[in-house]
Amino acid sequence: MGEFTMPSLGPDMEEGTLLEWLVGPGDTVHRGDLVAVVDTAKAAVEVETFEDGVVDRLLVEPGTTVTVGTPLAVLAAPGAAPSPAPVTTAAAPRTTPLVRRLAAELGVDLASVVGTAPAGRITQEDVRHAAAAPAEAAPATLAPATRRRVTPYARRLAAELGVDLEALPARDGEPVRVADVRAAAGPTEAPAPVAAPPAPAPVDPMRATIAAVMSRSKREIPHYYLSTTVDLADALDWMHRRNLDLPLAERLVPAALLLKAAALAAREVPEVNGFWADGRFVPGEGVHLGVAVSLRGGGLVAPALHEADRMPLPDVMHGLRDLVTRARGGRLRGRELTEATLTVTNLGDQGVESVHGVIHPPQVALVGFGRVVRRPWAVGDLLGIRPVVTLTLAADHRATDGFTGGRFLTAVDRILQQPEEL
Amino acid sequence: MTTTTPTTTPTTGTPTGTVETTYREALREGLRDALRGDDRVFLMGEDVGSYGGCFGVSLGLLEEFGPERVRDTPLSESAFVGAGIGAAVAGMRPVVEVMTVNFSLLALDQIMNNAATLLHMSGGQFAVPLVIRMTTGGGRQLAAQHSHSLEGWYAHIPGLKVVAPATLEDARGMLAAALADPDPVLLFEHGSLYNTKGTLPAEPAPVDIAHAAVRRSGTDVTVLAYGGMLPRALAAADDLASAGISAEVVDLRVLRPLDEAAVLASVRRTHRAVVVDEGWRSGSLAAEVAARIAEQAFYDLDAPVARVCTAEVPLPYAHQLEDAALPSAETIAAAARSCFGGGHG
Amino acid sequence: MSARRASRTSRTDPAAEHRRDLLRTMVLIRRFEETCAELYSAGRIRGFLHLYVGEEAVATGVMSALEPDETVVTTYREHGHALAKGVTAEPLMAEMFGKVTGCSRGRGGSMHVFDRDTHFLGGNAVVAGGIPLAVGVALADRMQGRDRVTACFFGDGAFAEGELHESLNLAALWRLPVLLCCENNLYAMGTALVKEHAQTDLALRASSYGVRSWAVDGMDVLAVEEAARRAVDEIRGGAGPHFLELRTYRFRAHSMYDADRYRDKAEIERWKERDPIDALAARLDADGVLGEAARSAIEADVAAELERAVAAAAEAPEEPVSDLLRFVHSEEPA
Repeated sequence: MGEFTMPSLGPDMEEGTLLEWLVGPGDTVHRGDLVAVVDTAKAAVEVETFEDGVVDRLLVEPGTTVTVGTPLAVLAAPGAAPSPAPVTTAAAPRTTPLVRRLAAELGVDLASVVGTAPAGRITQEDVRHAAAAPAEAAPATLAPATRRRVTPYARRLAAELGVDLEALPARDGEPVRVADVRAAAGPTEAPAPVAAPPAPAPVDPMRATIAAVMSRSKREIPHYYLSTTVDLADALDWMHRRNLDLPLAERLVPAALLLKAAALAAREVPEVNGFWADGRFVPGEGVHLGVAVSLRGGGLVAPALHEADRMPLPDVMHGLRDLVTRARGGRLRGRELTEATLTVTNLGDQGVESVHGVIHPPQVALVGFGRVVRRPWAVGDLLGIRPVVTLTLAADHRATDGFTGGRFLTAVDRILQQPEEL
Repeated sequence: MTTTTPTTTPTTGTPTGTVETTYREALREGLRDALRGDDRVFLMGEDVGSYGGCFGVSLGLLEEFGPERVRDTPLSESAFVGAGIGAAVAGMRPVVEVMTVNFSLLALDQIMNNAATLLHMSGGQFAVPLVIRMTTGGGRQLAAQHSHSLEGWYAHIPGLKVVAPATLEDARGMLAAALADPDPVLLFEHGSLYNTKGTLPAEPAPVDIAHAAVRRSGTDVTVLAYGGMLPRALAAADDLASAGISAEVVDLRVLRPLDEAAVLASVRRTHRAVVVDEGWRSGSLAAEVAARIAEQAFYDLDAPVARVCTAEVPLPYAHQLEDAALPSAETIAAAARSCFGGGHG
Repeated sequence: MSARRASRTSRTDPAAEHRRDLLRTMVLIRRFEETCAELYSAGRIRGFLHLYVGEEAVATGVMSALEPDETVVTTYREHGHALAKGVTAEPLMAEMFGKVTGCSRGRGGSMHVFDRDTHFLGGNAVVAGGIPLAVGVALADRMQGRDRVTACFFGDGAFAEGELHESLNLAALWRLPVLLCCENNLYAMGTALVKEHAQTDLALRASSYGVRSWAVDGMDVLAVEEAARRAVDEIRGGAGPHFLELRTYRFRAHSMYDADRYRDKAEIERWKERDPIDALAARLDADGVLGEAARSAIEADVAAELERAVAAAAEAPEEPVSDLLRFVHSEEPA
């Protein structure tokens, strides 16, 4: 990893203002490439990098004045992929063009922001909040300097179909429209016209697999569902404090805490961690959490995070990123897809408040986390605004009863109240 | 007090139970039905009696109903509109005709400060069941003062209902619906529509004054229009169809209260919207419609909402200038095409 | 002595009883307005407040000539008209307080008093804006065969607005049963009649429309009543609209917001010498049908009524904000 710093462009220059980025994360740069425009006291100057590499992260947004020598960007070794997005960045959250622009200006990754407006929409306030608390926005990634123009409906559909808007071919002056998104999504994703009967579509193998497995689950497994609301104030406070001391790349996101808590609770209540096979429950050997990852282009996989209950939190973070990156890159190892003993699905960033999931057979339970929302909450006899999350459990009634499921949820809650022990 | 009488006098009866008629005749039929059906109804305005109405709408009604119920008034818009309000409060069902929308400005105090507010100011005690009809719109080389489209102004005012019949069916049926309403209704007749010919069922079916109507179904873009702009929107849809674009044409019909649900439903189907309004663009009804779409269907839009309005100039007399100022089928179609970007031009 | 005579006569003399009723109405109006001024100063009444002090004889005299089912249309200085027409102090005061028990549910306030039960079609903020309405009510009465007269009140300022002239012409043209009562208090807000009109003889101008017109001493309730009765009788007989120019004066400023810089103090004092309440009381005294005790009784009775009205208004509930959008459109079909 290297850094690109504010250059000194003259004997009297002490600081400069970054006017514009000419590159974005993921761009490969070579020594001598122009990467940014900097305003000095005299003129706007295009400045070059003196290293080869891949732009990993932009650290300073345009308009910022910094002293000479301040790191402006992190460069990774040639050929490296940029830092992965957090686990749940399956799709762009719904928000407005203004907010997206602000996020780009403030260097906030919208996917890591919890929207507080109705339907989970992200407001300017949320973005500013995230910018002020960098820990929550980890890892911060600046949007490309010139954002693609996308119609609202196209952006929404792209999110629904898992189409990467940035990957679409550019047309001069034309925004990305729904037709472009549909074309990129491929024929399987083209919805039928409203008034016409749906045309038969070719079968997507992954969809077919999901269909078979989930049908089997609902056919065979007598599900029961439990839910509870967990106060996350202490856990998030602890996380924010801890993040202050961590380099950007290692900062924690709430999802990691939730995963770890679920893993510890599964160790404590082993009846939910394992398989139903041959008419009986077989406990899992170790807690291997299946992390549900939605794929761009549609579909879902839940690769296992091995021994999640024994992993220190930074490793959970790292493991998450690694799994998501490889899942989306199609580079999962086969056994990762079958070894999970308990699946966790987190749909919070989609604005979902509670998840009533379908168990992935032969597992016997599925843990769901919704969106972290701020709610009026009684603490003792006082009413306060606290971040809370709805925690759910779908469990196989053949293997456990509600009593056991309840113990599991209680355990997760208790563990999250003692974050320092995570 | 209300009596029921046969409701039509077909101009030309046909064996299939339809009549050939015009927008003007359909309006007259609506008036005649109302005068026959309810003796609280009377028509009052400038030249509605002996002259037969400036645009011939009330021709023959004086002879049929007499001068008490078809009342010529002095050119005193404020007094006779206000008198209509007072008479409505006192139990009548007046239909006040204001010759053209520009003259209604002389009665604006009565319409705005009394008709629209009496019910509310009185805490619900005094309703005003009044209908005010007037001619609106340009396109007839009548120059600046006779060519306004100010219905959007009136649609700004809480307490009023504003309707704009664009079809023969609405021309015949909207008056009855307006008279049945307990509150003041302004009915805008577009001057360019009076000679529109067509066929109606001999037996009128009731129409409502609550809903917009889809006049042409389509899947690719919604064109929202009303009154005199409806024929142009439909012509634009024909043109677009030949280019492979399926336009849905929605006739707003009721400008206040707007049938928001119908507008949004159509836009959510087509993901594109063109709002056509003969009013000037700034602060227009089109602005209101576009804003509601942006507020409530933003995430369904695949293109910015487009507007086609009258150029911001008092309408000139010279025909080529007037034509250029008004929305046309061509400008409407062009706005619709712009919703698809460069590739569909 | 005279008080004893008054109480003795009151049981036997309907005319005296009637005149004492007129006095009581004028006192009620006067004290109501004074109470409003006090409450306004204390911040308990807000908005614009235009008081009728000095002009009580006009409303009292004209209303006395009307039947209960006859409609009155008026302007924003209408507390006196409302009280004289039969709106009681309690809902009227509640309206000042903006309470839901107000005669307009608190939606109108001082300037927009409405009351269906007493056929009181409200105060209009545009000085001539109510006149066309009155013409319309008269038209409806005529078309529906009701033998009623509609009275319309407006000030000298209305003569400068076109709506008055349009309406006078229309009423005369159609010979409608409407009594047009012009309260000429010599000022349109702060502009003196002579500064606003080339021809200041308002009765003369009204008559030019073919409307029978009289100028009346608006400080003499008996004169006003007599003129109104004569006009109403004529109108009922089919003579068409009549116009009364009621020459009067307001003792207070145009509204609570007015520093009254445009009037000479001496002029105000001269008019106060012609106070309509004192004038009537003096005549009743002279005729031996009032007296100190009776006058005190009226004052005490009115004071008690107003005390109840203020207390009720203060305690009355406000209309819930959830009802905000009511009465924009009718809640029942036509």
